[in-house]
Amino acid sequence: MRPKRRRLVFVAAGMLLLGAAAALTLYAMNDSLVFFYSPSDLAVKQIPAGRMLRVGGLVEVGSIVHDGDGTTVHFRVTDLKTAVPVVYKGILPDLFREGQGVVAQGTLGPDKTFVAAEVLAKHDEKYMPKEVVDALKKSGRWQEGTAP
Amino acid sequence: MIPELGQVALVLALALALMQVVLPLVGAARDNASWMAVAPPAAQGQLFFIGFAFLALMQAYVSSDFSVAVVADNSNSAMPLIYKAAATWGNHEGSLLLWVLILAIFGAAVGTFGNNLPPKLKARVLSVQAMIAVGFLAFMLLTSNPFARLGQPPADGADLNPLLQDPGLAFHPPMLYLGYVGFSMAFSFAVAALIEGRVDAAWARWVRPWTLAAWIALTAGITGGSWWSYYELGWGGWWAWDPVENASFMPWLLGTALLHSAIVVEKRDALKSWTMLLAILTFGMSLVGTFLVRSGVLTSVHAFATDPARGVFILLLLVVAIGGSLTLFAIRAPTLRDGGLFQPISREGALILNNLLLAVGCVVVFLGTFMPLFADVLQLGAISVGAPYYFLIFNPFAALLVVVTAIGPLLPWKRADLAGALQRLTIAAIATLLVAGLVWWLKTGGPLFGILGAALGTWLLVGTVVEFVERIGLRAPAEALRRARQLPRAAYGMTLAHAGLAIAILGMTGSAAWKQEEIRTMRAGDTVSLAGYDYRFDGVADVAGPNYTATRGTFTVTKEGAPVVTLHPEKRVYPVQGMPTTEAAIHTTGLADLYAVIDTPDAAGGVAVHLYHQPLVPWIWGGAFLMVLGGLVSLSDRRLRVGAPSRRRVMAVARP
Repeated sequence: MRPKRRRLVFVAAGMLLLGAAAALTLYAMNDSLVFFYSPSDLAVKQIPAGRMLRVGGLVEVGSIVHDGDGTTVHFRVTDLKTAVPVVYKGILPDLFREGQGVVAQGTLGPDKTFVAAEVLAKHDEKYMPKEVVDALKKSGRWQEGTAP
Repeated sequence: MIPELGQVALVLALALALMQVVLPLVGAARDNASWMAVAPPAAQGQLFFIGFAFLALMQAYVSSDFSVAVVADNSNSAMPLIYKAAATWGNHEGSLLLWVLILAIFGAAVGTFGNNLPPKLKARVLSVQAMIAVGFLAFMLLTSNPFARLGQPPADGADLNPLLQDPGLAFHPPMLYLGYVGFSMAFSFAVAALIEGRVDAAWARWVRPWTLAAWIALTAGITGGSWWSYYELGWGGWWAWDPVENASFMPWLLGTALLHSAIVVEKRDALKSWTMLLAILTFGMSLVGTFLVRSGVLTSVHAFATDPARGVFILLLLVVAIGGSLTLFAIRAPTLRDGGLFQPISREGALILNNLLLAVGCVVVFLGTFMPLFADVLQLGAISVGAPYYFLIFNPFAALLVVVTAIGPLLPWKRADLAGALQRLTIAAIATLLVAGLVWWLKTGGPLFGILGAALGTWLLVGTVVEFVERIGLRAPAEALRRARQLPRAAYGMTLAHAGLAIAILGMTGSAAWKQEEIRTMRAGDTVSLAGYDYRFDGVADVAGPNYTATRGTFTVTKEGAPVVTLHPEKRVYPVQGMPTTEAAIHTTGLADLYAVIDTPDAAGGVAVHLYHQPLVPWIWGGAFLMVLGGLVSLSDRRLRVGAPSRRRVMAVARP
């Protein structure tokens, strides 16, 4: 096989693989992308129950309630304008506490309670999830330099 | 006083690096030997000054000099000495200093041990290496000076993030950086060869050990980080497709491709321009990784406090380095002539397929990592891309790659008989079917990918063993032993690394498919059963560490009444930052990890407990260890030993 022809074979193989990757990506877009909502968005927008999504904001002060079984916890995530109730079963991250930034991933239940499958708090005191900052900015409650 | 000296040393290193950029490059263009000769001592001088600065910073940490801003922010006098020392790179400024220190070590190593390199190539390599150093030294001095002083030093430091107070900090970042920065060598060699317009087998022989060394370090660094997060964060997982994990994985994928394509350049004098491109892009991915960690454009657990100015500077560096080298590549690549001819079905062809699959894998990870950023810029809303995306898109290519990895080594160079190679893998195919059937029978109802993953791992493992056995022959033990002794170490390296990959795949599959967990509030005396083990909770006790207090739980684990182990998970509180951390208790049986995490006790005396049964996770670490070991064995091959190529061959190449 002449070099030119050989190169063609390999370029074609590469294109084929890239094409497959692109097709798979487009296919996966529908199911595996997780959109982020601030609590205010969540109250306004119509989101089908069962769709995986993320919500982020601050843990509302005084909202944390532990259930009798000790592993289910209820709290509210707020952008200081609207708050959304969240329920989570499991051990919360170390840095989860009132007034701190948090991102929860899960689905919206029929009663508009957010059922979190995963709760992400930051790993570093100085660090605030970017989505939370944006959500607070959107609700107009973000104060530069006074990150909680 | 010493911090100021450190700062002066950095400025001197920058001046030396500038000189090292210009003089050798011009000297090589004008055939001026004395200008070219500037490069090695300049590289050694850089190492001296940067090493001095690094030691100066470490001294400030060890002696708890809180008048230095980064020390006051990231250290505390109560910390154990090892963490004080390791805290040197536990923050943005210090980790950059470590970055340039490793860069300087590599540069000085080429300057000192590269005596058998053609002088012009050596001068150009060192010049390119110095360009990178100039960029990063300027970045450090302009935006992130590690030696900045505080007007009013605090009485004590703000402490190092407790999550970092772990032996992991001592090895994970340096290993990772050794890998990232190690690929700068491949980059410098590629750019130097492009400037020169010549790439040959000898070039590949010099580049391979550097690439291999970087790959070994990166493999160890990524595994170390994964292991660290597994036992320190208490989340029960070992990989989250976090942007920063991806940032280290992308150069690994391309670096693995580079490692394989450099073999083709060396043995067959083909694939030159593709290898050049890979060398440039691999280091490019290392820079992208640095950009991701330092700029804070993406939400990640690793992000340090963010500063847009830093992100812009690194983006600028990235554009100059990658844009510049790709332009050079576009000009020079058409002049590179490939020597060896081959058919698509051949060892070369298999290695190309390996490269294509790894490159496509890298594209997939890149898209997933940057999709949130694109979506943000294009105003499509805030999105996040998680494990499902990678599971669906990355895994098919990885699976195909694993299939090919078993076949490729059986194919001869130039032209191969695919049917014959597959026939030799009959045993592997039978073993694969047996294992798949066994898994299906044992775990009916388990996920399908569990069966597939187990089959793939078996296929590669047995295929690798078949290849090795064929090499030494099986008939007479004495003959086999003789052949085994004569086998080059590079062959052993490949066998070990491929087998390691197979074992790691089995481990990843086992942990992803059959992990079991149990969340429960327990009181002293309660027992929970998980995966055949009984965990009896014996209560909690308060214990005190050097700079923390902890609630320590005790679990007595038994299996069918026979004692297995006592687990002691802890919940620690570091009073300086008021920050709690989770210390998971892990016991490995070799086939699975028993993994326990506790929360702080509630008012009624109950403790929330999270138990995991993690099948095969130890195999991930074992497999990665084999891959690193394989790399090291291969690196010790005489043919690849740094500076070992025979004199005569070097002379032949050096002749114009």
